Amino acid sequence: MPDDGAFAPQFVSARHRDETAELGMWVFIATEVLLFGGLILGYCVYRHAYPAAFAAASRHTEIAIGTANTAILLTSSFLVACAVDAFAEETRKTCVALLSGAILLGSLFIVLKGIEYAGEYREHLVPGLDFKFSGELANGATLFFIFYFVATAIHALHMMVGIGLLMVLARLILRAPTARHRAALHSAALYWHFVDVVWIFLFALIYLPGRTA
Amino acid sequence: MWRKWIPFWHSGVSLHGGDVDMLFIGLLIASLLVLGLLFFLLTLFCVRYRASNDVDRDHRITKSWRWEVGWTAASLAGFLVLFVWGAEIYFQIYRTPPDELSVFVVAKQWMWKVQHSGGQSEINALHIPVGRPIRLVMASQDVIHSFFIPAIRLKHDVVPGRYQDLEIEVDKPGHYHLFCAEYCGTEHSGMTGEIVAMGAPDYATWLATQTPADSLTQEGGALFRELGCSGCHGAGSKIHAPSLDGLYGRPVPLSDGSFVTADDKYIRDSILLPRSQIAAGYQPLMPSFEGKVSEEQLLRLILYIKSLGGPHP
Amino acid sequence: MNEESYLNAGYTLRSWFLTTDHKRIAILYFASLLFFFSIGGLAATAIRIELATPQADLVSSDMYNRLFTMHGVIMVWFFLIPSIPNTLGNFIVPLMIGARDLAFPRLNLLSWYLFILGGSVTLLAVAAGGIDTGWTFYTPFSTLYSNSYVAVAVTGVFISGFSSILTGLNFIVTIHRLRAPGLTWYRLPLFIWSLYATSVILVLATPVLAMTLVLIVVERLLGVGIFDPKIGGDPLLFQHLFWFYSHPAVYIMILPGMGVINELVSCFSRKAVFGYKFVAWASLAIAAVGFLVWGHHMFVSGQSLLASLVFSFMSFIVAVPSAIKVFNWTATLHKGSIRFDAPMLYALAFIGLFTIGGLTGLFLACLAYDVHATDTYFVVAHFHYIMVGGMVTAYFGGLHYWWPKITGRLYSEYWARIAAVLIFVGFNLTFFPQFILGAEGMPRRYHVYPPEFQLWNVLSSGGASILAIAYLLPLFYLAYSLFFGARAPANPWDAPGLEWQTPSPPPEFNFVSQPVVTRPPYQYTPDFHAEPQNA
Ligand code: HEA
Ligand code: HEA
Ligand code: HEC
Ligand code: CUA
Ligand SMILES: [Cu+2]
Repeated sequence: MPDDGAFAPQFVSARHRDETAELGMWVFIATEVLLFGGLILGYCVYRHAYPAAFAAASRHTEIAIGTANTAILLTSSFLVACAVDAFAEETRKTCVALLSGAILLGSLFIVLKGIEYAGEYREHLVPGLDFKFSGELANGATLFFIFYFVATAIHALHMMVGIGLLMVLARLILRAPTARHRAALHSAALYWHFVDVVWIFLFALIYLPGRTA
Repeated sequence: MWRKWIPFWHSGVSLHGGDVDMLFIGLLIASLLVLGLLFFLLTLFCVRYRASNDVDRDHRITKSWRWEVGWTAASLAGFLVLFVWGAEIYFQIYRTPPDELSVFVVAKQWMWKVQHSGGQSEINALHIPVGRPIRLVMASQDVIHSFFIPAIRLKHDVVPGRYQDLEIEVDKPGHYHLFCAEYCGTEHSGMTGEIVAMGAPDYATWLATQTPADSLTQEGGALFRELGCSGCHGAGSKIHAPSLDGLYGRPVPLSDGSFVTADDKYIRDSILLPRSQIAAGYQPLMPSFEGKVSEEQLLRLILYIKSLGGPHP
Repeated sequence: MNEESYLNAGYTLRSWFLTTDHKRIAILYFASLLFFFSIGGLAATAIRIELATPQADLVSSDMYNRLFTMHGVIMVWFFLIPSIPNTLGNFIVPLMIGARDLAFPRLNLLSWYLFILGGSVTLLAVAAGGIDTGWTFYTPFSTLYSNSYVAVAVTGVFISGFSSILTGLNFIVTIHRLRAPGLTWYRLPLFIWSLYATSVILVLATPVLAMTLVLIVVERLLGVGIFDPKIGGDPLLFQHLFWFYSHPAVYIMILPGMGVINELVSCFSRKAVFGYKFVAWASLAIAAVGFLVWGHHMFVSGQSLLASLVFSFMSFIVAVPSAIKVFNWTATLHKGSIRFDAPMLYALAFIGLFTIGGLTGLFLACLAYDVHATDTYFVVAHFHYIMVGGMVTAYFGGLHYWWPKITGRLYSEYWARIAAVLIFVGFNLTFFPQFILGAEGMPRRYHVYPPEFQLWNVLSSGGASILAIAYLLPLFYLAYSLFFGARAPANPWDAPGLEWQTPSPPPEFNFVSQPVVTRPPYQYTPDFHAEPQNA
């Protein structure tokens, strides 16, 4: 693996630089945990206060799409993990192919999410724009759907950033992988897995209440 | 509480006002002691160890950790005392009031509307008899306000969407400030009023001279018909709705198997958010009156329902 | 001036605005903060003029509400939070730990741009007509009732939050990874420890604020939202989320100041900070426990009494590490060799004013007294004592202390001492009367007030005018020193820290050769052996 040789003067070696970058990503993820943590906490408070309404509203979400998206994201995470493994001069084609797979799956996730949003709009489930909740408990359901849209939209935003990151990396690796890209790929993968884990939480909170019985 | 054993201590104008003042003095003394010690040491060291002064500066043998443990423990002990003292009074101030003489207070941008149960109403003023605990039932029609009477060292926020009980007692006749202490918009600083505390006879006269149109309960009864509540809840209605006679204060079985006590909050929720708690054995037919009744009307409705009797009259 | 200096590394605008040199970025921050401080200060001036009389005479109520909101928002997010970390911290941290830059120089620049963007958006809201919610944005007023530019202003604060996060991230990683050989944790100057603690808060608390602000904007744009009591939402949930950030944020606004005071006190009494390890860990303790006390802003809001009890208790606990610091600074003076240069005057003022502010914080933490004092001028006085008397004083102290290093020039000691004393006097005259006002029951955020409060208000306004002049003084003599001041030697205070081992102003990559550390910090006396403390 060629090393691009140059590293910024504050580092003593390329390795020092890469480890520093990875620590940076971990700290960033800590920030992100708190970002979603605040939101999820709010969700839990209201779910505790309006259990029936949250269960009823949850039954109006598209479990099929939600489950499909979960599977898609898990697979994509797997591909990214493999790509990190396959990062080497000889196997760079495989690495890029794996990344492309993850990018495609990620985009598919976004598309499905869009379809889901459109469906919810048609069913008048968007608070503020067009909200008519046929069942009882309309108030609690409004709260639920506000959370739903805010949380999934912010999550989708993170997905798009992740897709962008992977795209840039795939291009760079295709041209000429260096030791530096290994670190970058590693950090990007961390991020991707994190976004994936957030989704698992969101999935459980959004789609599952009211569907257990 | 134990201030009554302190000679010459003025007791303030209310039950707990004097306690809070005592606490304040206590805090002040503790702070002044700490500050005095600190400033004394600072001055001493600055003078004694100024660079131009020739003194012994050998400090290599200091065992610092003893000092550290010492002042940490001392501060902690001081803090604990203050904490317990403050907490004790706090719990007395905010103890849940029994059902004394109730006065209803509705806060809105930017005035205090007061309703006495006899039907007398006033704006930005509250007349009360002295020496007698009074239960304020407070609600806000729009944003958060805060009911603040500095003279009795008491305040509480009034948050929209819920009732707030507060017990006040003033022991000395007089006029006292009433402030809105939570920022609530343009005229926040104009949302002030007056607490007028009067001896019992004066208060009775005052009540008599205020000409109440109707008692609140009567007005509530009228509303009950106007809004169509009686159409369902009245005797002989075709709709299967619970009778509200004797409801107040009784435990109500809900359709999810739990019980709630039919207090002010429950009745309020039943009117505004009827679907949140369904009485067992009934269909969720009742429409929500959210946006159709004001806080003041709600109070009247509740009083009316209360007047229909309850387990303990 | 040495030719290698970072100031000579380029003269074009580009060499400033696209620089990744932490020292230049610190200067960019310094200039921007001066700007924001002036705006916040002008608003404060208008507030104090208005309050000199009980009636409304200068501005309308709407305008008054906009003034204190703008004052609070700008002073907190666009001045005090970035003040020491982003100017002095940015400049000094790499120098102190013997690094050539921060770990992520480009992120550092991005952080400044985000800060400027956030600031511009907020100023845009101000220019468009202002915002009148108070700096706390309480719902439902801010979301459903206010008809000012809430969404825009909130967006500005939101953006600046990312600037904070990036700065915190950068510091944490830098302090972990870029220390010079031999610079173990217990050899770090305490300024670094306190900035480390600050950064932890920045990284962990700011995202919660960001999310809360998003929810406000959503609620405002859609007309319904999760804090909306009409649909069963809970306005108190907003307060919980807001204070979960904002209480830790007050420690963002004091820990860096405490860090500076460590450096000043030890340098000007020529003695190591007493109880080094206790002070170091006290910073982290404050940061950690500070996350558990937010509910003390809600004692009268209707949260459960039990919750209040716990939050009150934790508030007392969080005061313990602060007490430890105060006592250790005092003990540092003992048997020192004390000089009263301007930075030391600021440091002494800090200790006094911070303690008064902290002790009155205890009044507020004390449940029953807070019932009376909350939302009165007592609170206003409390936080100005800490934030202005404490943090701004520390900022000025640190600025004077490192001024020769940053600019390569010496300022006029004579004028600096006059300014320091004047600030101290003006400050007390402005804010002490506010304690009395609060104890007598004058509510805060009041445009007009009953006449019996006038006396103290007049005193306060008088003090504010002294304070304003005192704050303007440094602007002149510091600017003067830039052009006519004597050249500063590398180590004008004769201090042992690494930042003094390199020329003033430092070369572009800070050190001519990589420094190696073999001693604990604060070795002022040559024959001095580390105290057998903590043994
Ligand atoms: C830098 C900012 C800063 C700092 C460091 C602090 C520090 C503290 N604050 Fe303060 N506070 C604010 C900024 C700050 N605060 C702001 C901005 C508000 C108002 C927000 C708003 O509503 O707009 C506020 C409001 C506020 C409240 C809510 C008031 C209300 O609205 O009702 C409370 C209540 O508990 C409180 C408590 C404390 C305590 C206990 C500390 C402690 O950390 C202080 C610890 C320090 C000491 C105690 C001094 C040193 C100790 C000794 C010398 C020990 C010896 C003493 C004894 C043995 C008695 N603060
Ligand atoms: C964080 C830092 C901070 C700082 C530094 C200050 C500084 C000052 N503050 Fe304030 N203040 C707050 C934070 C701060 N404040 C907050 C958070 C609130 C609550 C807001 C709310 O309720 O929502 C508040 C509220 C507040 C109030 C209460 C308003 C009310 O409740 O109605 C008052 C009243 O006296 C006040 C006064 C002052 C004064 C006189 C200063 C002085 O120290 C200012 C001195 C500075 C100057 C006078 C500027 C000097 C001039 C220049 C540097 C250059 C001049 C400019 C040009 C030449 C272009 N502040
Ligand atoms: C369309 C018919 C209808 C109207 C109109 C109506 N209600 Fe009801 N109400 C019901 C039914 C049905 C229930 C029982 C189901 C439930 O708890 O929601 C009920 C329950 C209640 C309860 C709870 C009683 C209990 O035993 O738990 C109260 C209190 C109440 N209504 C008050 C009112 C008031 C006040 C009004 C007028 C402002 C009103 N209702 C108007 C049908 C109605
Ligand atoms: Cu109502 Cu302030
Ligand atoms: Cu706090």
